[in-house]
Amino acid sequence: MRKVKIYITLKEGVLDPQGKAVQNSLHSLEYKNVSEVRVGKYMEVMMEDTNDIEEQVDKMCDQLLANPVIENYTYTIEEVV
Amino acid sequence: MKFAVVVFPGSNCDRDMYFAVKDALGEEADLVWYQEAELSSYDAVLLPGGFSYGDYLRSGAIASTSDVIGQIREAAEAGKPVLGVCNGFQILLEMGLLPGAMLSNKHLKFMCHFETLKVENAETMFTREYEPQEKISIPIAHGDGNYYCDEATYQELKDNRQIAFTYENNPNGSVGDIAGITNKAGNVLGMMPHPERAVEALVGNEDGLRLFQSILTHWRNNHAIKA
Repeated sequence: MRKVKIYITLKEGVLDPQGKAVQNSLHSLEYKNVSEVRVGKYMEVMMEDTNDIEEQVDKMCDQLLANPVIENYTYTIEEVV
Repeated sequence: MKFAVVVFPGSNCDRDMYFAVKDALGEEADLVWYQEAELSSYDAVLLPGGFSYGDYLRSGAIASTSDVIGQIREAAEAGKPVLGVCNGFQILLEMGLLPGAMLSNKHLKFMCHFETLKVENAETMFTREYEPQEKISIPIAHGDGNYYCDEATYQELKDNRQIAFTYENNPNGSVGDIAGITNKAGNVLGMMPHPERAVEALVGNEDGLRLFQSILTHWRNNHAIKA
């Protein structure tokens, strides 16, 4: 079994109103050195290992988990015993 | 003319869409459950607003993977009018029938009020009953209506006259004040404002009715030619 940890982030240049609101909140908590916040998504997908597991994960990210118009993704695959 | 209103779990403007076609326009309409839909016998496909699958993952993303999507794609390829309003627009974007994507509104607020739209292209099958550059009043009701596309796509939309409607006072941060776009062929329209909520003077105004009348006129003309 494999645990796939997927991180989805907004592409550079895409406005992130949520990140901006969080950034403003951090400023009001006196974290003056915070210059930017971008909010993304984190997912864990448990799946059986196959030879083409990376290909599969790429495909599921492109098809559904991320929207390639506005989002990038990275992932790591861990062995689970 | 026969319209199909495709109902997903979480659609909530399906009845308004049905009413707009059946009572205001005076044509045939059916509410079709997404799992039982047989779209080939309909002349037009309407994707209503709402919150399909609770907007999980991204608005419209889950609905865009359901079985009925293949039939919607077929209807679009056959040149039938396909209209997606609000969540319907988001589904059309997620399934790739229209370019771009939807982000949260610039101020993160859900907004529900009338907006003034400008008819940018009055030559589409959805807008032919409007005057070019006419200003109309149509209600919006959305939290994720901030249309985004990259510069190249925006230029392409402009060059191909795919921008059907723009906002006079951009409420949500959309690129180019975009409120509604068509595909290149012009038979698929996605728009955030709700024309089906503006089809009767008694409940506001009837600026939205001419959109449905445009579809009907187009269909009748096509039919007359074929006959």
